[in-house]
Amino acid sequence: MTTEEIVNKINAAGFQVEVNDEGPDPFIEVDRENLIATAKFLKNDPDLNFDLLMCLSGLDWPEYFQVVYHLISTEYKHTITVKVRCLKDDPIIPSVSDIWRTAEWHEREAYDLVGIRFDGNRDLRRILLPEDWEGHPLQKDYVPPTSWHKIPLTNLGAESTNEGN
Amino acid sequence: MNVLEPYMDLILSVVYLVGVLMFLTIFALLAVWLERKVSAHLQDRLGPMMTGGWHGWSQTIADALKLILKEDIIPAVADRKLFRLAPYLVFIGSLAGFAVLPFAHNLIGSDINIGVYYVIAITSLVVIGILMAGWASNNKWALYGAMRAAAQMVSYEIPVALSLLIPVLMAGTMSMQTIVQNQAGGFWNWYVFQSIPFSLVAFVIYFWASLAEVNRTPFDIPEAESELVAGFHVEYSGMRFAVFFLAEYGNMFVVSAIAATVFLGGWHAPFTFLDFIPGPIWFIGKSMGLVLVQLWLRWTLPRLRVDQLMHVCWKIFLPFSFANLLLVGLWVVLKG
Amino acid sequence: MKETKELNIPLGPVLEKWETLVESSGASGERMVLQMGPQHPATHGVLRLELETDGEIVTKIVPYIGYLHRCFEKVAENITWNQVVPYTDRMDYLASMNMSLGYALTVEKLMGIEVNERVQALRVITCEINRIASHCVFLATYGLDIGAWTPLLYLFQEREHIIDLLEELSGSRLLFNYIRPGGLAHDVPDGWLKKVREFCDFMDPKIPELNELLSYNKIFIERTANVGVMTPEVALTYGITGPNLRACGVDYDLRRDIPYSGYEKYDFEPQLGKGEQGQAGDSWDRYIVRVREMQESLKIIRQAIDSLPDGDISEKIPKNFNKMPVGDAYMTTEAPRGEVGFYIVSDGTKTPYRVKARSGAYCSVSVIPAIGTGLLIADVVAIVASVDIVLGEVDR
Repeated sequence: MTTEEIVNKINAAGFQVEVNDEGPDPFIEVDRENLIATAKFLKNDPDLNFDLLMCLSGLDWPEYFQVVYHLISTEYKHTITVKVRCLKDDPIIPSVSDIWRTAEWHEREAYDLVGIRFDGNRDLRRILLPEDWEGHPLQKDYVPPTSWHKIPLTNLGAESTNEGN
Repeated sequence: MNVLEPYMDLILSVVYLVGVLMFLTIFALLAVWLERKVSAHLQDRLGPMMTGGWHGWSQTIADALKLILKEDIIPAVADRKLFRLAPYLVFIGSLAGFAVLPFAHNLIGSDINIGVYYVIAITSLVVIGILMAGWASNNKWALYGAMRAAAQMVSYEIPVALSLLIPVLMAGTMSMQTIVQNQAGGFWNWYVFQSIPFSLVAFVIYFWASLAEVNRTPFDIPEAESELVAGFHVEYSGMRFAVFFLAEYGNMFVVSAIAATVFLGGWHAPFTFLDFIPGPIWFIGKSMGLVLVQLWLRWTLPRLRVDQLMHVCWKIFLPFSFANLLLVGLWVVLKG
Repeated sequence: MKETKELNIPLGPVLEKWETLVESSGASGERMVLQMGPQHPATHGVLRLELETDGEIVTKIVPYIGYLHRCFEKVAENITWNQVVPYTDRMDYLASMNMSLGYALTVEKLMGIEVNERVQALRVITCEINRIASHCVFLATYGLDIGAWTPLLYLFQEREHIIDLLEELSGSRLLFNYIRPGGLAHDVPDGWLKKVREFCDFMDPKIPELNELLSYNKIFIERTANVGVMTPEVALTYGITGPNLRACGVDYDLRRDIPYSGYEKYDFEPQLGKGEQGQAGDSWDRYIVRVREMQESLKIIRQAIDSLPDGDISEKIPKNFNKMPVGDAYMTTEAPRGEVGFYIVSDGTKTPYRVKARSGAYCSVSVIPAIGTGLLIADVVAIVASVDIVLGEVDR
């Protein structure tokens, strides 16, 4: 199925989504209230059958956090990108880990590095960083610590862009 | 001379013990080198080539020196007394087995009339040492190794003992020297070729079960390095580790030598016209041949899982050994 | 012993086996917590598995990762677009060609670059040859974890040939930094393709040899067949891709299904696990799928060499990345350890706004509790080996 057909199918089921195909990957944007229902529909509809969550990325934009889901159907080989956003003072997004179990670890990673909280994830702990790490490194205003448990970390982030081009 | 007369036995024993110790040490150094070379050539590489010149012959001597000179580390939470004692208990277990090995018709530590029984009993001491080492290390991996070793060695004692009973039945004695003398006059008189197929089956069962007794692949689960890191000796270093190592290779020789004694004619030559070659050469040669097979198996086969190991012992080796023993008993009775 | 926190890791489909075992054996159910790793010979790097054991039976597995975390994604936000390539090499250091290919294709997708056929074919050749090298390491370490030493040494000889070839091509032996966004670092040296063809002829008889040595060894089959069975449902929900997914019998290969870099031109067959020695999706299937995949890779390499067109390998390399379009792109490729995807977001500057890497091994680690719970310690070792993880890729 093409993206257009997929989006038509989603809208026919009562969801109000619009496809944005400006970039190389067409995507749909959903509200976080509708995320779970949309995700369940995408997974369970026999014509769509998005059974594989390829990637779940958390992004820190100046005004809001965004989570991007890349889905593929191993049966029909069609893909869709779903984006959902939340405000920075309320960084909670419902978890899809009951729909695709792989989301559990990806959500932990997004929580660990970006700081988005996932409501419904059973095991929302830090995964890549130590448990007592402070802050979320992929936030744009993150300031690297100068030491951690008396280990100096002074070189971290000190040299940024060197002029490669 | 008269003064020494009452102590003659003691002096001879001490001399023999020192001789065996030297033999064991030299054998272990040689066997470790051999294992490296055999494994290397099986794996299409050269192994140690530099130390000592010819094919790295002194590599293991250098390694042994290194181990002896290393700092001896005892973990802070270990049970210090048991931790120190364990390697020596393992070592004594394997060393004591040498007492009844007949190197030649006049070269044996003690030709006691229950030699086979003695050797089965005394090598069981090893398992106590291993259990002690694993427990005293206060390390979970070591504990696992020790528990596995205990379960495995106690289980495999039974097929080993039952298989050794078959030559005993055929010889009618437990004395090692008499068993060897009964196999004189050419290889067709060796017990492994007598009463075919029973003794052949017994030999095969003995050989495989003895691999488990000495923790060699495919039965090396007590020290399975990819599962238990190093098993019971994970916390040992330096000289104590070297003692474990020595004991392991000593054990390899003991089980091979027992097989050579009771199944393969001991110090007898395969043909009578070869009798001019001294007995110890035949005896050590046969044992070394079996040791080489052990090495070959180790570098070829993967490792069994702990439940499969028990399955092999209790459901395959044990019924076969019992049936075998019964049939040999019948054979001996009918032959008269 | 320290009290472990109740972590509520959901248990997999084999838990019932443990419960029936406890019931039938009358065991008291006392547990011991065992830390497997981060320094353990069978965890392939610095993975830590917290095992809760009842005797030899593992009742709970909690993986801890991050010991090799470099925060590659944060670093990538501070460097220019093509400076990211060496960092992607360091993700799966055993298959760095495949890693940089994934990144290069993503950047090309965002910039709308179409590379010419010579570049595509050379990328296919180098990636497939690197895939063989990576599978060699997998098969070798798998054998080692089961207790077979000798295949390791044999397979590393084969790998050595590949590493020599790639060294001649790129100058380094592990992290090649050869595939760039828009093209390649440089063209192949004279006579290199002939050497690759010679390698293919050399490799062909090695695979039956390996089968004799390890694949069909009775003990090896006993240890791996019916161990850690992954059903297609479990595999898909945990995001397992690549050879691990095909071992479950799911016919899904990105090289054929969503072709990239000209894979549609080559004739090859994705290898599926059929449960020859046990159930489909067991550890033995995960092994044999990779053995057969090596043969398929050889097939692809031969076809690619035969049909290699001429062209300029650097014609599409961007002069600079100042004109990077604003937007995002996701591109997924078939790497030896499952699908590797890069999600890049550009705000039009010469540094990425966000680079997110999706790694196959990351998902493979997450499935270990689901398929390993209720088995023996030795089985957990076999499972960890069979899902083929490289911690550089897991931790990034």
